[in-house]
Amino acid sequence: MALLRRGFERYALLLAWIATIALFGAIEPGIFLRAANFASMFSSQAVLVVLTYSLVVSLTAGEYDLSAAPVLTLSAMTVAILNAQWGLPVGVAILAALAAGAVAGIVNGILVVWIGIDSIIVTLGTGTLVSGVVLWISNSEMVSGISQTLVNWVIVPRLFGLSFGFVYALLLTVLLWYVLEYTPLGLKLLFVGRGRRVARLAGLDVGRLRFGALVAGALLAAFAGVLYAGTSGAADPNSGDSFMLPAFAAAFLGSTAVRPGRFNAWGSFTAVYFLVTGITGLSLMGIQIFIQDLFYGAALIIGVTLSVLVRRREQRERDVAETAEA
Amino acid sequence: MNAAAAVPAAAPPVLRLAHLGKRFGGTVALDDVGLDVAAGEVHGLLGHNGSGKSTLIRILAGYHAPEPGGELEMRGRRVRLPLRPGQFRDLGMAFVHQDPALLPALTVTENLRIGALAGAALARIDWRAEARAVAALLEEFGIEADPDARVERLRPWQRPLLAIVRAVDEVRRLTSAGGLLVLDEPTAGIGDAGVERLFAVIRRVKAAGFGVLFVSHDLDEVLGITDRVTVLRDGRVAGEGVTATLGKDRLVEMIVGRAILRGPPSAAPPTTPLVAVEGLRGPGVRAAAFRIGAGEILGLTGLIGSGFAELGAMLAGARPAAAGALAIGAARHDLAGFTPARAMAAGVAYVPAERLRAGCIGALTVAENIALPVLGTLTRAGVLTPGALVRHASALCRRFDVRPPDPTLPLESLSGGNQQKALMAKWLQTEPKLLVLEEPTQGVDVGAREQIFAAVRAWAEAGAAVLVLSGDHEQLALLCQRVLIFRHGRIVAELAGTDVTEERMAHECFGTGPATSRPATFRPSAAGPGGAERG
Repeated sequence: MALLRRGFERYALLLAWIATIALFGAIEPGIFLRAANFASMFSSQAVLVVLTYSLVVSLTAGEYDLSAAPVLTLSAMTVAILNAQWGLPVGVAILAALAAGAVAGIVNGILVVWIGIDSIIVTLGTGTLVSGVVLWISNSEMVSGISQTLVNWVIVPRLFGLSFGFVYALLLTVLLWYVLEYTPLGLKLLFVGRGRRVARLAGLDVGRLRFGALVAGALLAAFAGVLYAGTSGAADPNSGDSFMLPAFAAAFLGSTAVRPGRFNAWGSFTAVYFLVTGITGLSLMGIQIFIQDLFYGAALIIGVTLSVLVRRREQRERDVAETAEA
Repeated sequence: MNAAAAVPAAAPPVLRLAHLGKRFGGTVALDDVGLDVAAGEVHGLLGHNGSGKSTLIRILAGYHAPEPGGELEMRGRRVRLPLRPGQFRDLGMAFVHQDPALLPALTVTENLRIGALAGAALARIDWRAEARAVAALLEEFGIEADPDARVERLRPWQRPLLAIVRAVDEVRRLTSAGGLLVLDEPTAGIGDAGVERLFAVIRRVKAAGFGVLFVSHDLDEVLGITDRVTVLRDGRVAGEGVTATLGKDRLVEMIVGRAILRGPPSAAPPTTPLVAVEGLRGPGVRAAAFRIGAGEILGLTGLIGSGFAELGAMLAGARPAAAGALAIGAARHDLAGFTPARAMAAGVAYVPAERLRAGCIGALTVAENIALPVLGTLTRAGVLTPGALVRHASALCRRFDVRPPDPTLPLESLSGGNQQKALMAKWLQTEPKLLVLEEPTQGVDVGAREQIFAAVRAWAEAGAAVLVLSGDHEQLALLCQRVLIFRHGRIVAELAGTDVTEERMAHECFGTGPATSRPATFRPSAAGPGGAERG
């Protein structure tokens, strides 16, 4: 019984996704079920997938990184300015964008780990600061004209109608899944996030792991920014804002699936596409743009609620076991 | 059976309990317990950890439901059991726990009036009137504190006083007559001067017509403030009486019972010292130096707050030490700046008492929890497969008889005994030269306890040094060849051979042992900030 329930829990999100596809397929079979629609859905959301993984990494280590979306914007803007305005080669611009992300991560790490400030507060501050820097360097204007090379490498469809951006996201999914499930590093991060005291007593360098997770998360956010620049061929000083909430919603919703109770790669992947399918279907039905906020907001709340309920049930089972034995 | 007969009083007692029982599964926590607290009386409640004191208090707080048949009266009025959570307020009871539950950043006035303000439907708070009320309250109980001072600015010993005054004020607000004040270890870490002032406040509370139930480990305090005492042992009333007619020795006897003299499991004295601790100082520990032989199981005990538990954490690098050295074989390690990682590298393994907070992550699997300290050895070409984790843990689960033998289960789904066996496996696989165990059989059933003992003995026989930190004297008597007694942050006695008995340990802990005497002061300020965890 418990096994069955756990099995259902693992794949409930996948089933919900399939149900959503079936629902919109039934309503709008002509448009929704076309291969091109799926190809565009998968391809267009590579940026969100990568940003979600940035959060999965920091959340696994027990830190909230609210600066991930602003770092995405900073990175996209760095690529645009260096490549389109300064005329530097795309490769150099990308490296600079990743370096900018790393710097943001290092600043977060110093404040959170060395100084010991709560990560929510620190990243709220650094995130706003980064947004300010972006507005400053871009004169609050969109910067377009990014080299076609980058655009070709990100959105030009190559594999079964799917863009390279999606392929990168898929490769990253496999990498993240591998690191979290098959390396000592993944297990160490998990222990650090769940119980710093336990991790410390087991000899782990808790400070370094938290620091590393914040930097790795910022680097992933910067990579998401590079993909964004490639997807649109331009950078908008507010481009990251609309990704922040969906990414958190996907990370938390994803933690209720595949590996319930843990932030994980495939769960997050499913969650992103479940959310995107819902939005796409609704917009195909001609429903207005505000539905997006309603949908993502509700998804975040539901995702967090479900993950809390899962933990509470585990807690209750433990209490029952302890009372029986005391 | 209960104290009702001891002091015939005209007015009904503030609190009367009778035939109170409580079982947890197969364990009897309370059995036919009765006691009463008269108005204007301070009643001591004494007993070892696990004697049933906490269960009794939790029943009063409405946290546990007693077995049917228990009786509770407040001021002669029968109250239906079980109490609802929070019902104690309406009955005129208030609790002050070891942690005074004050908000440090708020002022004395805000902290004292929070209850009154929270319950009132006010459009505006008249702070001047509130300050006057608080000043009057502080004066009534003889507390010198500025009502506008932030609580964090007060001296540590003033905080429990405020908590007491707040509790009294709350009872008065809700009930016309005086009520019952339950003080649960209120003196922890407040120093001699603080204890005397606390007693002065308690005497005024008593004079205001309250009954006080005073729970403490410290016999000097109990002798100093209580009018009567009730002693619990193994969930039953082991004795009660008027404090003035009871001496310290008689109290210890009631707490401990007539322990059977039990020799140590193996009298063979260790020959080669393997571990030496020198000049160890730090929060809670004033000075400690001792040696442990190869193959020896050394016990370390004392009252809660005496510093013995802190010592174990310092040897493991889990708590900072001010100074000290740890020699294991030929290697010497500086204990100031010691970290868990360094301790592990030096060959120390530490199994802390707080299993689910410091020992393991309950929601993760048995295999993951066991593998954590040795992850590096389980990889092949950097890859850690779930299969390798499970195989590794399966072998250890079999060796230490962890049940059910399925390492893919979340650790918290196991019973306490099996959790502890898994933690023993987690640490013994590192083959420590020094194994430090803190309360190794807390919340562990009898069968698992024997298995844990066997594992500890086997590891000692393999040539390691074992240090067992525990307040459970029976366990130490069964396991250790030698026991050191900690009091006020120092080692004050060493028991060896046939002296390793529960009775001797209890006497030494309370300072009533034949070989030692204790200066006639109240609790010293040895317990550092943080103190020890309560059992």
